[in-house]
Amino acid sequence: MLQILMLRIFPLLFLSLLSLHTFAASSDATTVERDTTFAALIAQLPTTKLSKMAPLVDEIAAQSAPQVPELLQHLMAGELYYLKATKQLVYAQQNQQQSYDLTAVLNGGELAPVTIYALKKIRTNNRIRGQIRELLANIDLSDKSASVRMQAVKQLLDNPNKTGIASVTRLIKKEQQGDIRELMSVVLLIEQLANGALAEKIAAISQLTGRLEPAVKNALVKEINKLSAQQENSELYKALNNAIGKMEQDGDFYQLLEHLFFGLSLGSVLLLAAIGLTITFGVMGVINMAHGEMMMLGAYTTYVIQQSFPSLIEYSLLMAVPAAFVVSGLVGILIERGVIRFLKGRPLETLLATFGISLILQQLVRTIFSPLNRQVEAPQWMSGSLEINPLFSLTYNRLYIILFALMVFFSLLLILKKSSLGLHVRAVSQNRDMARALSIKSAWVDAITFGLGSGIAGIAGVALSQLTNVGPNLGQAYIIDSFLVVVFGGVGNLWGTLVAAMTLGTFNKFLEPWMGPVLANIIVLVGLVLFIQKRPKGLFPQKGRSVE
Amino acid sequence: MKFKKLIVASSIVATGLMTNLTYAAENIKVGVLHSLSGTMAISETTLKDTVLMMIADQNAQGGLLGKKLEAVVVDPASNWPLFAEKGRELLAKDKVDVIFGSWTSVSRKSVLPVLEELNGLMFYPVQYEGEESSKNVFYTGAAPNQQAIPAVDYLMNDIGAERWVLLGTDYVYPRTTNKILEAYLLAKGVKAEDIMVNYTPFGHSDWQNIVADVKKFGSTGKKTAVVSTINGDANIPFYKELGNQGISAEDIPVMAFSVGEEELSGFDTTPLVGHLAAWNYFQSVRTEENDKFITSWKKFIGNDKRVTNDPMEATYIGFKMWVKAVEKAGTTDVNAVEQAMIGIAVPNLTGGIAVMNSNHHLSKPVLIGEIQANGQFEVVWSTPDTVIGDAWSDFLPSSKDLISDWTAPVSCGNFNIKTAKCSGQ
Repeated sequence: MLQILMLRIFPLLFLSLLSLHTFAASSDATTVERDTTFAALIAQLPTTKLSKMAPLVDEIAAQSAPQVPELLQHLMAGELYYLKATKQLVYAQQNQQQSYDLTAVLNGGELAPVTIYALKKIRTNNRIRGQIRELLANIDLSDKSASVRMQAVKQLLDNPNKTGIASVTRLIKKEQQGDIRELMSVVLLIEQLANGALAEKIAAISQLTGRLEPAVKNALVKEINKLSAQQENSELYKALNNAIGKMEQDGDFYQLLEHLFFGLSLGSVLLLAAIGLTITFGVMGVINMAHGEMMMLGAYTTYVIQQSFPSLIEYSLLMAVPAAFVVSGLVGILIERGVIRFLKGRPLETLLATFGISLILQQLVRTIFSPLNRQVEAPQWMSGSLEINPLFSLTYNRLYIILFALMVFFSLLLILKKSSLGLHVRAVSQNRDMARALSIKSAWVDAITFGLGSGIAGIAGVALSQLTNVGPNLGQAYIIDSFLVVVFGGVGNLWGTLVAAMTLGTFNKFLEPWMGPVLANIIVLVGLVLFIQKRPKGLFPQKGRSVE
Repeated sequence: MKFKKLIVASSIVATGLMTNLTYAAENIKVGVLHSLSGTMAISETTLKDTVLMMIADQNAQGGLLGKKLEAVVVDPASNWPLFAEKGRELLAKDKVDVIFGSWTSVSRKSVLPVLEELNGLMFYPVQYEGEESSKNVFYTGAAPNQQAIPAVDYLMNDIGAERWVLLGTDYVYPRTTNKILEAYLLAKGVKAEDIMVNYTPFGHSDWQNIVADVKKFGSTGKKTAVVSTINGDANIPFYKELGNQGISAEDIPVMAFSVGEEELSGFDTTPLVGHLAAWNYFQSVRTEENDKFITSWKKFIGNDKRVTNDPMEATYIGFKMWVKAVEKAGTTDVNAVEQAMIGIAVPNLTGGIAVMNSNHHLSKPVLIGEIQANGQFEVVWSTPDTVIGDAWSDFLPSSKDLISDWTAPVSCGNFNIKTAKCSGQ
């Protein structure tokens, strides 16, 4: 133990002594230079402590060796290792056979793959990764790819530094891409605002007014805070104040848009959850407490599909939609044929029976899949966000789910309004006896309708698997909300469900910033209760005698 | 003839039974009060298994005081009042000598009056909000000054955070912890407008607004950090939303107090890499004791993929300490063991020695780790020495004058140093 300790400490001591020595040496600049070639510097990486890493990384980045950017990138990504035996630095990438493919750092040569036990990682932490990102940005400013350059300028905008600004001054004339040049000029204008003469400052402000980048606003605020009380009437103060006012206005506007988007996104989740219920509860009049579990089954179907086709994650959701529809739909038909049809006209018993079914289904997945949450992976096209401007971006997963919800809604509308099945469903729901007299098989229609409602709940489950945890209790979280939406929108009315879901979602999201998610929920609930008191049949009550 | 045989047989059976009975009466009974069903089962079942493993281990070494240890396992089913009921059952009916149990603070508060009434002894192995010290409980998890305060210090000094977002699940532990942290930050000169506090219900999954707010709060040019006391599975959608809105650990690091190896196991942690957690134990720390513990745990549970975590270490330390205290006292009598416990030292799994202090809290090291792509943590900072657990926070006005000392002459869990009286709080 002691020996190992000594072995570990000794090189460190030696190194620090060495660096002390070179420090002294360079200060009088007469004796031998420390070996600061790229190869010598990176050879220090395996033995350098995390707390001493930052200056070493700086020194490496200052080298002109062509391998520098690649090295820093790999270090940031955590792919830089060294071989325990030889201390040779390598880039390691895990391959299919549970071992690691190696590339030598110095000459780029391929080495024989090894297991993890032969390797040791060069450790980094947040601060060092941040530092590397800054350093890389300065290098990337002159990269070939436009998107890399764009990213580098953005990075520089958030963390301005002297070298970066100097490179931008040099590179801006050569820059071909308009939007990058624009952002580069913003970097320079901010610099001008901070360090320029008065006239330059005012010129910079007038050019910066109307920009949306938070960095611009921060620079302006910093400038205005520097001014003393006496200067409040100066031209500079007015210009700054003006510009900040404009930025705040823009900020408020985009915040409004953002809340609207969040509201619509929550609304679309509610719509997906409730739309199946509109059919089973609204059209058939069955209080189906197992509706949430149909969604859960849909979510688990997605999980099973991802597990069965691990190489097709990108398409798994598209495959899961029909599969979930079929699985949940069949279970729905089974429930209708096995239980609900015997309880026709006895709502209380239906409620209790379906509640029992929901418990059975929960326990079933608990037994099959374990009580722990299952992880459904998000395909690449659903991660990240669409940046419209620096203040306003839409996350892809929410965006797709809004579109998906609307798609499901309109297909269902089409089925009910235009197909013969829809005609039969509507006929049975409006007047069962008359429909039967016209030779519609009402029992068959009931089963299919219930299957349709359940199948759509299954589809909703596919979408939910991207937003929340897939576990046995998934359905429970949505069942109350679904009933609320259906009742609020008017039982049996599809358009009512759409309007109700979107209204509730938007309302909730506008209230949330003020009062937190819990209170916002309560307020919405109380509001709903009051509304139902006034209009017991919801927003858009079904016309006709049949619903009584 | 037949009759004779019968007598012989029955007498053999009877003596067998009798020895069995006497044997059973001489066993030392260890109560295990962890939920084995309901929402907390995921976390607590692991601790039940840890206690069982420790008991098997102790018995293999010849038991305790020449007797065998015997586990009495009950299931309070994540139902808080049931903790009191099952606790009473363990103490009154099964007459256990010690209880290892509880996870959530609300369950501990539920069983506490029963422990005090029947003079039981319980070891509580989870990090908690402090503001409590009972004669009948030993707290082997972290108090706020052993987890929250050092974590904030790290963010402040090493990361350079100036603006703070305190996110938590809406119940007693996050609320009390955040109250302490807020007072601490204000005392450190952080302005009130640089602190944002937000609470969400258990299982919250729609994080759009909150993450957007955090992003906006963090875009003023000052380094911003999130301190998260979010509990349970709400963490997964939270971290996902962070990733989707493009917030990386370098921009706004999240320091979590309730996310450990167990919570991360089986999940793809790539989007979480670089975010932080503060604990007193990480599985990734390589010491001889820890390697031994991990190996025996995997062997006991029969699964090579199982991980170890902080509350397991706290259970391990608590059990080892209780064994030592019983050996020292020479009896399992609660009062004797309670006094013998104070000053007992046991090696930590991560190196160093844990000592039980007179306030029934441990001295432990504090570690801060960054989440790795394999679901483990890499230690990026640790306290140079162990930290003494403080039952009553110095940063809350209501508790700053209180101390806990269960040795004579004070013998009080909430002694007010100003009035020199047991405050009875």
